Amino acid sequence: MKVAIIDYGAGNVQSVLFSLERLGITGIVTNDREVIKHSDKVIFPGVGEAESAMKKLKDSGLDVLIPTLKQPVLGICLGMQLLCLHTEEGNTQGLGIFDVVVKRFSNQVKVPQVGWNTIYNLQSPLFEGINENEYMYLVHSYYASVSNETIARTNYDVEYASALQRENFYGVQFHPEKSGKVGSQILANFLKI
Amino acid sequence: MLTKRIIPCLDIKNGRTVKGVNFIDLKDAGNPVELAIKYAETGADELVFLDISATEERRKTLNHLVKEVAQAINIPFTVGGGISSVEDVKILLQHGADKVSVNSSAIKNPELISQLAKEFGSQCVVVAIDAKIIDNQWIVHLMGGKVPTHLNLLDWAKEAERLGAGEILFTSMNNDGTKNGFANEALAELSDNLNIPIIASGGAGNMQHFADAFLLGKADAALAASVFHFQEIEIPNLKKFLKQQEIAVRL
Repeated sequence: MKVAIIDYGAGNVQSVLFSLERLGITGIVTNDREVIKHSDKVIFPGVGEAESAMKKLKDSGLDVLIPTLKQPVLGICLGMQLLCLHTEEGNTQGLGIFDVVVKRFSNQVKVPQVGWNTIYNLQSPLFEGINENEYMYLVHSYYASVSNETIARTNYDVEYASALQRENFYGVQFHPEKSGKVGSQILANFLKI
Repeated sequence: MLTKRIIPCLDIKNGRTVKGVNFIDLKDAGNPVELAIKYAETGADELVFLDISATEERRKTLNHLVKEVAQAINIPFTVGGGISSVEDVKILLQHGADKVSVNSSAIKNPELISQLAKEFGSQCVVVAIDAKIIDNQWIVHLMGGKVPTHLNLLDWAKEAERLGAGEILFTSMNNDGTKNGFANEALAELSDNLNIPIIASGGAGNMQHFADAFLLGKADAALAASVFHFQEIEIPNLKKFLKQQEIAVRL
């Protein structure tokens, strides 16, 4: 199986690569459009700030390619947020795959949320064999609102979408590559889709 | 519910784990990769690696170690020690670190915090602060706690937050190595005045000390080294103990 990890200079690609290695898969870290287009699975990671990450994506032309992909695509953390319509972070337009806007947590809570929180109301093959209320590692200041594309929820300040799905596109706010055995299982489930 | 984090800290010198007692004497506490795997498997929520080597080879040794750790474990980890530039951080992240902690270099050059936050995101930037009480004031210290500055703990922590720090790792030098508990009053003051997570460090001796850091100190995470390295406290037991006190932990 060919798994492309999109490298646009704004992702912790190593951690994703290593987590695939632990599942026996050698991922390909790449920004080559042809390689990405012809992969069986595509992982779109991302950490950092939305506006500069979006700029890097545009500079490499990947903003045009990603929405046309037909194979399963998994956005992680900022990758998921960039697949949404718009994020308040830097007032940035996203790729619009998910019909959701991304907002900042209020100052009623500490921002960023850092640590392990539960995911629940799981509704996707992505979560096959995963129990409700398992703990996942999250680190983020902005969140996607709940919508009909929500496939998992988490509560911090508000109840928000910690995973999204539309057709072949999946997005997770948490870091499956950093969430122990359960996170590995979710990545393995994605590879089976 | 977001849980309180338990964070073993591995002080690294020339690729081996050591732990200073009162920041001075060092004991060998084993192989860092083996320790990291053990902690990840027994329920540590995160790990911190603090490199205290001073040799010219340190960068290469540390990068190699970071990569080995990233390959071996599936929980997040922070790397600190001698980081003074965007380039230093880029290399550590490329080897698989999730976050970095900056201490002396951020005091000498506070703009470093903003540069790192801008380049890699605040979530990646932990500002570590070593402080000690001098004349009833918490005074920030440089160089692993050896050199006092003119900075007050709360002022510097607030400034670090303003500049873009994602978390504060506060080590009380009065408490570190004593095993008499964390500096809960100072922790609570930080937690009340800042809107980013606070990691408590220095003074862990028993399980109640962790509960106190969360309940009295209002800390978001608690870090310790020797009680874990020398197996005086086992993480699963600690988490059960905290759960019994109705503290949210990941079991």
